[in-house]
Parts: sequence; C-alpha cells; structure tokens
Amino acid sequence: MNWRLAFDIAVTHLVTKKKQSLVAMLGVTFGISMFLVMISFMTGVNQFLENMAMDNTPHIRIYNPVEVKHTSIIGTYRRDSSTWYVVRHQRPKDDLPKIKNALFISNQLEKLPEVTGVAPQVSSQVFFNNGPVQIPGNISGIDVKKQELLFSLDKKMDEGSLEDLLKGSDVIVMGRGLADKVSVKVGDRVSVTTPEGYNFILKVGGIFSFGITTLDDTKSYATLSTVQKILQRDPSYITELNLKLKDMQSAKVFAGQLKKQMPNVYFEDWEQANSSILAGEKIRDIMTGVVSFTLLLVAGFGIYNIMNMNIINKMKDIAILKATGFQGKDITAIFLFQSVIIGVLGGLLGLLVGFLFSYLLSITPFPEGTFFRISTFPVNFLPLHYIMGVLFGFVTTLFAGYFPSKKAAKVDPVQIIRG
Amino acid sequence: METILKASGIIKYFNEPEPFKVLNNVSFEVNKGEFLAITGKSGCGKSTLLYILSTMDTNFEGELEIKGEHLHGWTQNALAAFRNENLGFVFQFHYLLPEFTALKNVMLPALKLARYSKEEVEARAMEKLRMVGMDGFAKKLSSRLSGGQQQRVAIARALINDPAIIMGDEPTGNLDKANSVKVFDIFRQLAKENHQTIITVTHDADFAAGTDHIVEMQDGQIIRA
Repeated sequence: MNWRLAFDIAVTHLVTKKKQSLVAMLGVTFGISMFLVMISFMTGVNQFLENMAMDNTPHIRIYNPVEVKHTSIIGTYRRDSSTWYVVRHQRPKDDLPKIKNALFISNQLEKLPEVTGVAPQVSSQVFFNNGPVQIPGNISGIDVKKQELLFSLDKKMDEGSLEDLLKGSDVIVMGRGLADKVSVKVGDRVSVTTPEGYNFILKVGGIFSFGITTLDDTKSYATLSTVQKILQRDPSYITELNLKLKDMQSAKVFAGQLKKQMPNVYFEDWEQANSSILAGEKIRDIMTGVVSFTLLLVAGFGIYNIMNMNIINKMKDIAILKATGFQGKDITAIFLFQSVIIGVLGGLLGLLVGFLFSYLLSITPFPEGTFFRISTFPVNFLPLHYIMGVLFGFVTTLFAGYFPSKKAAKVDPVQIIRG
Repeated sequence: METILKASGIIKYFNEPEPFKVLNNVSFEVNKGEFLAITGKSGCGKSTLLYILSTMDTNFEGELEIKGEHLHGWTQNALAAFRNENLGFVFQFHYLLPEFTALKNVMLPALKLARYSKEEVEARAMEKLRMVGMDGFAKKLSSRLSGGQQQRVAIARALINDPAIIMGDEPTGNLDKANSVKVFDIFRQLAKENHQTIITVTHDADFAAGTDHIVEMQDGQIIRA
C-alpha cells in the first residue's frame, strides 16, 4: 500500500481544481471559526458571571431570618399531653435577627479544617437622607481585616480604600449607584435613619462598584462597631457569618453537616444564592454544545457533498487507475487524503479566522446594562478550544470523506470505459 | 511456441434490457510474441471478450489462464495487482489522467508496482516515451496533447512495467491515417523486438492485415481462428 503515491495523486487533484478545493475548505473554515468564537464567548460569559457571583457570595452564609415559627409555645411546653393545641394568628416574638453566641461560633468554625476563615457582619436596612427624600438601602458592619482577607471588597473600591473605614470613626463606604442617588461624594457627610427611628451622621470615606446594579445601588459598608452603634446594640450583636471554604464545591455538603449541629440558624450555600446564574450557565453550556455540533455537522455535510461530486467527476480517472493496476484501497486512500487535507487546511484557516473574530469581539465595548457593568465583551482564549477545533475539523472530514471514498473504490472500470 | 493466454468455454450474458447471450462458448489460445487482431462487425462481442481477457470483467463462465495462472475466482484486488505487473492497456479514447504530465502518466503504474526507485521509474518512463517518439513532450500536461500524441503516450504507459501482454481496444479507432500507421509500427516493433504479445480488437482492416494472426467473430462466436 503506497501511501506516498496516494498522497501525491490526491494533492495533484486538489491543486488542479484550486477553486473547488477552496470552496470545500471554506465550509470547514466557517464551521470551525464560528465554533471557536461561540465557545470563547460563551465560556467567557460563564466565567465572568461566575467570578462576579463568587466575588460577592460567601461560600456559606449563616444568618437568622425573622420568620414565624410554626410551633406555638404551648405546643412545645405541653408536648406530652393528648390535647391538640391550635393557635390562630400567632405573632412572632420580638426576636432579634442576631445570631446567638456569634463570636463563639465564629471562633469554633475557624478551627475547622475545611474553613479558610469566617467574616462576621451586622446588617440592617436603613434610609439614606437626601434632604427631605429618603432613599432605601442597607448598611453592613464588617470586620475590615477579615473582609479583606476572605473577600474582595477592597478590590472593588473606585474611590478611597476600605482601610479608610478604620481611619476615624463613623466612616462609611457606599455603592456608586447609591452615592449618586443620595448625591454625595467622598468627604461629604450623609445622614442615615434606622428602622427603629434612630438617626446617625456618617462620613463618606470611599465609593465602590461591584458592577452589579442591585448591589451598587443599595449597599454600604462601615465597621462592625459603627453599625452596632447606629443600631444601638452591643458588640455581641452579629447578624450573619460569612464563611470561606478551602474547597467551594463541598459547600452544600458541609452546610448540611453544620445544620445538624446548629439547628437554630439558617445556612445558605453559594449555589443556592446564585442558582439563577448557575442555571443560566447550564443553559449556555447546552446551547454551545448543540450549536457547535450542528455547525460541524453542516460543515461535514458540505464536505460529503463535495467529495461525492468530486468522485462522480473523476469516475473515468478511477477506471483508468484501476485498469492500470491500482487497487480499491488505493482509490479509497486517494480520496480520503483529499478529504482530510481539505479538513486540516480548512481547520487551520478556521482557527485563524476564529481567533481574529474572537479578538475583535473582545475589544468591542459592551453596552451599558441595567444588571451589570463590564467594559468589553468577555472572551476566553483557551488553547484547549483551538485544539478541539482542529481535531473536530479533522474528524468531521475523515468521516465525511470516508463513505464517498469507499464508494469510489467499488467503481467498475469496464462499465466506465465502455460507456 | 509458448502459450501465454488461454481462454476456454467463455460464456457471458448481458442482462439488460433482457437476458442476451453475448459470448457463446468462446475458446482460443495466444502464443508468446504473437501480434493478434480480433475482428468482427459491431456487436459481435469482440470488445466484451477483450475485457474478459483483461481480467477487468469477472462476470463470466469459463476458464481464463494467463502466464500459466488460472485467474478464475481471484479477488478484485488480486487481479488488479496481476494486471499491474503483467498486462498493459490501450483504449480507443486515450484515457490519460488530465491533471498529470505525459511523463507522470507513464510513471504511475510503475510507481504503484514499486519495483524500482522513483528515479529509475522516471528514467524508464523517458525510455518508453522515446520508443513512441514522445520524449520531447514529457513535461507537458496530457490534456494539452493532440489525440495522436495522447495515444502514443498511452502506449508508453501500457509498456512501463514491461508487461507480458499488451491489449488494445480499437487503439487506432480515433486516429487519422498517419497516426494509425505510427501506432501500428510501434506495436509491430514491440512484438518483433521485445517479444511482447499484442492482442488488439480492431475495425481497421489495414491494421488487421498487418498482424500475425486474425481471429474473426460473429454473434458471440469465433468463426475464423
């Protein structure tokens, strides 16, 4: 079996019909370049959203929501009696949304091997006063050092720095949207009112932006002690604990374990908190897969068609080759080589075009959105995608060319020569 | 005199439009170095017979023996290999591969046989082209040659592997008188000097008259051997 000879003949065929070969190549080029642009963009979007979510979401959030408890005190107290107690319109106790023994729990959790760190927070809804107008928002008291260590709020500062919260007392940093709504700049004073009706004046030390409108328009941060002071609570008043784990994938399971030990508080893991983003990611991945597959299938059909036509045009040549002693497998090899050469060249060109378009997309400004902000389209450049592209091109053309080539081998020379 | 080809009891049917017996129990022998012509009116089955003798048509009853080998029941691939080594063809229409030069066309069957290196094959191909007077056109694309020139290149190609038998299906059918004479002379020379066997099917009475032996067919049978 003379591969070199078959290759030689295949190349001669391709070079003689340059235009036709080019058209065949373009089908593969188009399929692969579109595949690349799509997968680069989709994975870029997914990664961007995931990073954005992960920047703002602790792996596990422990908090104490104010909810009606469905068991009544009488029911709990008289559990042994055979009487069934029904209490209508039970009102909730004036329970504070604080986590009992928060600092103790925080220390215990930090000792666990799975936990990287725990950042305590005390949060409350507040109104920001802009003259007579009241703008709703919320304020979170944080442990600045811990927050810097575990989460990346300090990297989101547009003006001022997180450390400014520690300089002086009663300093606040606000989200960009919120600061604009309240019409304050760094250095101004802002007045807040708590739900209980307490007023407080704070100094604006900095402005941050997460790029997510819901956060930037409502959130503000100050030190734990500042917020505890605003709410007129003692230093043990903590409303949530934010955990960062060594392995974030184990969050759900780990939260389940903790829940058993601490039944009185609520656990929210990052997957729950970001379920909509993650669902979106899954949908995008499926779409990418389906569209890629279709693109390559169509490119493959293009090659199949062209190879079929090619072979029909070359029936005479095949008959002559067979008459002079070429065997069926030689004929198959010749046309398979043609197909594969088209695939590889078309694929390589597709990589180039795909890269070009991906690059152009990555420098295109992204339209200012209401949900999040990003300067340009997020595009990933992973070598793996490019390797996949060329591999797909090769495999598709191998399959697409195989059947016509096998058919070519079965040509009956006598029928062709005698007409 | 050594028998180089022997056909015994060849029977062949065409099935369209209805079963038709085109070859009816044909038997004959060819000696080595013979220049043989098969003649007969159109439709007598002579070309059909030739293609059976060529091993390209395996759909027949009867026995075929070439160079002592019984070829009945061989696979297509095995027959192709046999053809490559032992037979050469010249068709009525030139049937050169249009994308290749004259030289490359002649070289291909030898490259397939892979008995000699590429350089040797090229040298031998030039030799064959010289024999048919086409060495000056070696590097020309075959599609650019005239009919007579292409036919001579085709003969050179048929010769490249020094086959025992050269078979021709109306080799001068598409040529003018001058070119027909040239082709005839080449065949004559091959039979006489190289002792190669030549079997041609022909309509050309002058051509047939110059051969060693004429086999005449009518209605699927040999009427004169």
